[in-house]
Amino acid sequence: MVKRPDKKGRFGPYGGRYVPETVIASLDELESFYKKAKRDKKFKTELNNFFRDFIGRPSPLYFAERLTEYLDGPKVYFKREDCNHTGAHKINNTVGQILLAKYMGKKRIIAETGAGQHGLATATVCARFGFECIVYMGEEDLHRQKPNVEKMELLGAKVVPVLSGSRTLKDATSEALRDWVTNIRDTFYIIGSVVGPHPYPMLVRDFQSVIGIETKRDFKKRYNRLPDKIIACVGGGSNAMGIFDAFINENNVKLIGVEAAGHGLHTKQHAAPLAKGKPGVLHGSFSYLVFDKDGQVILPHSISAGLDYPGIGPEHSYLHDIKRVKYESVTDKQALDAFKLVSKLEGIIPALESSHALAYLIKDKKKFKKNEHIVVCMSGRGDKDLGIILKNEK
Amino acid sequence: MKNRITTYLDSLGKKKLLVPYFTAGFPTMGMTLQYIKAAECAGCDFVEIGIPFSDPLADGPEIQYASKVALDNKTTLNQIFELTQKVRKHSEIPLLFMGYYNPFLAVGVKKFLQKTADSKVDGLIIPDLPIDESTEIRNLADKQNISMTYLVAPTTEKKRIQTINNLTTGFVYAVTVTGVTGSGKKFSPETDKYLKMLQKSLNHRFVAGFGVSSPADAKRLAKYSDGVVIGSKLIKIIREAKTQKSSVTDIEKFLTGVRKSLS
Repeated sequence: MVKRPDKKGRFGPYGGRYVPETVIASLDELESFYKKAKRDKKFKTELNNFFRDFIGRPSPLYFAERLTEYLDGPKVYFKREDCNHTGAHKINNTVGQILLAKYMGKKRIIAETGAGQHGLATATVCARFGFECIVYMGEEDLHRQKPNVEKMELLGAKVVPVLSGSRTLKDATSEALRDWVTNIRDTFYIIGSVVGPHPYPMLVRDFQSVIGIETKRDFKKRYNRLPDKIIACVGGGSNAMGIFDAFINENNVKLIGVEAAGHGLHTKQHAAPLAKGKPGVLHGSFSYLVFDKDGQVILPHSISAGLDYPGIGPEHSYLHDIKRVKYESVTDKQALDAFKLVSKLEGIIPALESSHALAYLIKDKKKFKKNEHIVVCMSGRGDKDLGIILKNEK
Repeated sequence: MKNRITTYLDSLGKKKLLVPYFTAGFPTMGMTLQYIKAAECAGCDFVEIGIPFSDPLADGPEIQYASKVALDNKTTLNQIFELTQKVRKHSEIPLLFMGYYNPFLAVGVKKFLQKTADSKVDGLIIPDLPIDESTEIRNLADKQNISMTYLVAPTTEKKRIQTINNLTTGFVYAVTVTGVTGSGKKFSPETDKYLKMLQKSLNHRFVAGFGVSSPADAKRLAKYSDGVVIGSKLIKIIREAKTQKSSVTDIEKFLTGVRKSLS
């Protein structure tokens, strides 16, 4: 497959830079620094050391024995990004971007967050580097993911509640972009997913690609073969791009992305742009998006704050169109059931986001063949979701 | 290109441009029509009609608020096209649409421009569509005789300013400060320096905007530019008016004051 993205930051027709003129120069600057950093041995060594000693990489590849027994079909493995420092894959990207910020001499960091995992991962690296950190978070999410807010504040970050629109990730992202436009000269915007204007979808994917690289290496070493299928949840889609990237050219490995169907695709309350949206422009890139006939973005819904977003990264749109990745969806309820089942069977409490990937496996186990080897990306841990789970029990 | 904007600019002479912005459908579509009439009475040169969008990421709190009210009122694109046709019944004032790109995509860029031309609108400003992404819309706009106004920002590189200048058909919009609309940042000697640089670099007329909130601001910026755009301040005036009816006179009074400061 050709190099993605092309020179203009396009994945097929998707991607690009749909941003106010004020930030164009900064995107150019970021792109050129990133190109240099990629070739720079010192940068690579520093990044790898942080991966090893700060995050705790490589993350384990775990054989889920009891889930495998329960399914009575495929062999299931988890790529344990939940074991990372701060409890999710998000830290891979924030470590990479903060190193870029350091090289660029920018010491004021901003970020948006939905589930709070990206905010937490950003607050964490800012504390480590002594940089100022401002995290924009929708007020709705602030309540849903309270433990993460408390952790961010403990780490010295300023968490700014966003009261506009749906008060979730979409509006937090708009607010972070407004801050960036305003403080463009001294501020580095650490975007948390494979979304936004070029070069973000590319560089976030690259920093997350360690997930797939390790999975491939460890699976080969241990089982002397590659997995048959890889399943990952998709909101913006960074954990999915991270684990998929190393396998894109392995045509025998089937890749499955799972969107959030919320209350169901037949309702308007979902967060499934690939299933129910059309190509449009939001937050700097051209990609699938859920909007009405006048182009107004429709408020998404998912029980999982990290998937509660009306758009998706441009590379996913491309991989969807060329059919390299198959995109499916599961509902809130199916995700909740998977959350509980996997907690009890494996002693691992998955994040509600990751529970979507698990639910796809569990909800219709007959579609998988015996002796298939399936890796699920366990993108994060579920402690942060206990509030939502308890509320749903009531 | 010959349309109401370019014709007007050709005969402008030394007069400074005063360009107000109103969000269509805020607080109602009927009121928007009255504000446009008031603006013309106050001696404004062009009017920018804001197409409300659910996620106005280049806008500050005032225009965010106005967009939300307009959308809560179920303002549709068709109503906005009807609005401009109503303006045209009694006025030839050059009109521009200012709106984010997604509504253009939703309708289809070609169809949107056809409707823009049919409703006698003369120009477009799309804040999230920089030159690099706008080839398709520019070509279609050319065919429909619709002017493209691009933005330059204090961060725009010199070489890029030239490209923007070359692609503009109509006038250039100079963002005066790094920030969102209605930013409230103070204009500094840097702003003057930047505007003076633009005067040298651009062959087109250019207006300064983002954060212009008084006749004094307008006068200051117009010293080194061809005029000003005022948006957030007008939304604020409308919000603070005692009644909807009095908001029309408040708008006219304010714009008349700005007009005086520019002469």
